[in-house]
Amino acid sequence: MTTLSNTANAGASVAPRRWRYVERKSLLPLLLFLPPALILFSLFVVLPMVDAATFSFFNWNGYGPITDFVGLENYADVLTHRNFGTAVRNSLIVVAVSLLIQLPLAMWCAIALAERSVSINVMRTLFFLPFMLAEVAAGLIWKFVYDGNYGLLPAVGSAIGVDMPFVLGDKFWVIPAIMLVITWKYFGFHMMIFIAGLQSIPNEVIEAARLDGVKRWQIVRHIKIPMIRSAIVISVFFAITGALQLFDLIIPLSNGGPSHSSHTIVTFLYQFGILRMKLGFGGAVSVLLFIACVIVALAYRRILFRVEHN
Amino acid sequence: MAAASKKRRSPVSPLQWLTLLIVATFVIVPFYTTALGGFKEIGELRVNPFGLPASWDPVRFVEILGGPRYFSSLGNSLLIALGTVVLSTLIASMTAFALAHIKFFGRNFIMGYLMLGLLFPSATGILPLFIKMRDLGMLDSHWGIIIVQVAFSVSFAVLLFHNFFKELPKELIDAARMDNCGYIRIYWYITLPLCLPIIATVGVFNFVGSWNSFLLPLIVLNSESKYTWPLGIMQFQGQYGSDWPRILAFLTLSIMPAIAFFLLAQRYVISGLTGGAVKG
Repeated sequence: MTTLSNTANAGASVAPRRWRYVERKSLLPLLLFLPPALILFSLFVVLPMVDAATFSFFNWNGYGPITDFVGLENYADVLTHRNFGTAVRNSLIVVAVSLLIQLPLAMWCAIALAERSVSINVMRTLFFLPFMLAEVAAGLIWKFVYDGNYGLLPAVGSAIGVDMPFVLGDKFWVIPAIMLVITWKYFGFHMMIFIAGLQSIPNEVIEAARLDGVKRWQIVRHIKIPMIRSAIVISVFFAITGALQLFDLIIPLSNGGPSHSSHTIVTFLYQFGILRMKLGFGGAVSVLLFIACVIVALAYRRILFRVEHN
Repeated sequence: MAAASKKRRSPVSPLQWLTLLIVATFVIVPFYTTALGGFKEIGELRVNPFGLPASWDPVRFVEILGGPRYFSSLGNSLLIALGTVVLSTLIASMTAFALAHIKFFGRNFIMGYLMLGLLFPSATGILPLFIKMRDLGMLDSHWGIIIVQVAFSVSFAVLLFHNFFKELPKELIDAARMDNCGYIRIYWYITLPLCLPIIATVGVFNFVGSWNSFLLPLIVLNSESKYTWPLGIMQFQGQYGSDWPRILAFLTLSIMPAIAFFLLAQRYVISGLTGGAVKG
């Protein structure tokens, strides 16, 4: 007991006589418990990012020694690649649609479904179901829905007398079509985060407001939504990082087409870096993506901290 | 809680019910048409999109179940998911235990280092990762995927375990230490049995992630016999082009186990998501 508390305070106060970097008794467990995670994490998560940064300054096809140093050429190639602009634009559209359509929809449903009853539980489970589905399966289901010959959309179109376009083959319609699938797939996830937030609001607060005659929508507007600000920040964060790493859903739906109009950053990386084994080019895309993710994550921590301590 | 919500007159207004029903329809229709599409003839899909099929002949389902692809790809996915869950749970809980209960120099640094993984998605370094796996001879093997997925899962799993371990009563660990019980035995006999709920949460979370993963197996696996189900279904779709009834039957059969599993385990999935999100 005393040794434990001594070592706990060792950093702060004057080091007691018996203090060491590690207690002898805990050396063996540490050597057993820490290395597996540290080695795997360093080897397969951290090192690849370091490699990506290294590769990004070279021209390399993945075989033989890495010698062809090209400076910032790969970055220039990426930034001036005409499909990279499209990929960034599409990812930004995903963020915008998430913030303007998906999150409000999720909030609307969460407010209705934050109570507890059987019918409400069934609906909650139903809305969350698409999120659990593998992206590939969701993509294929919607590829069928949109299929120009046999799909649901043209069938509905001919029933009401409208000739539907082949949405996934159309440079304009492919983007709204993908956005609809994204909303279908992910709004339930955001709804669950909001529900968890809403359920943590003390009942007394709502009851008190109700007894004071505050109207239902005023309670939502002035009490519920302000009280779950941190859940909203978390949701926005997931919407942005989700948009940055969108891949699985796009491949079965449109595979980045038609004529590369529906690429996201990761499908762009896959198409032009991985499939063509252009390590330098792919490394530059990875580094840019990494920087974007880190900026988003740091901004998120800052904003969340400010929201929670306000 | 239940009594309190009963007292409220009508928690959900008619307008809300209406929009909920519209949203529910939007969610259900793709599932519904997929499930029925496997029974329909291809021409039927266009003229009768929402109605019940003309016949309930399960010929396509039987053919898929009897074929070589379905069970082998599902089996591969199951093997990889179970391997990932077991290893990840073990490794992450050991690490979190050491970081939460053993005092040593640099432990905040190690925690911070492992949390770097939460800053960026695993897809970011996928190309150099491929090179690394190639150089280590890990391509085209299930083990390669398992190991890398465990590495990907470490940050989040350690975070969840660490949060949970910190909540455990300190007296318990101290008492065991007084009785001359070593840390390894404390971990195995005291902490692990106490943290079954968090093991379930982390396990279910990693299982679903592994079961659904696509990019990593896509890059790592070459032999068809080793394909996981998302790869198998993409290949099936490529092979049968627009023979939609057959593809829809395959889809239905492939997603049914996942839906059944989700309905059983959804509590843990949700607590993993919201717990990690709120505390992270």
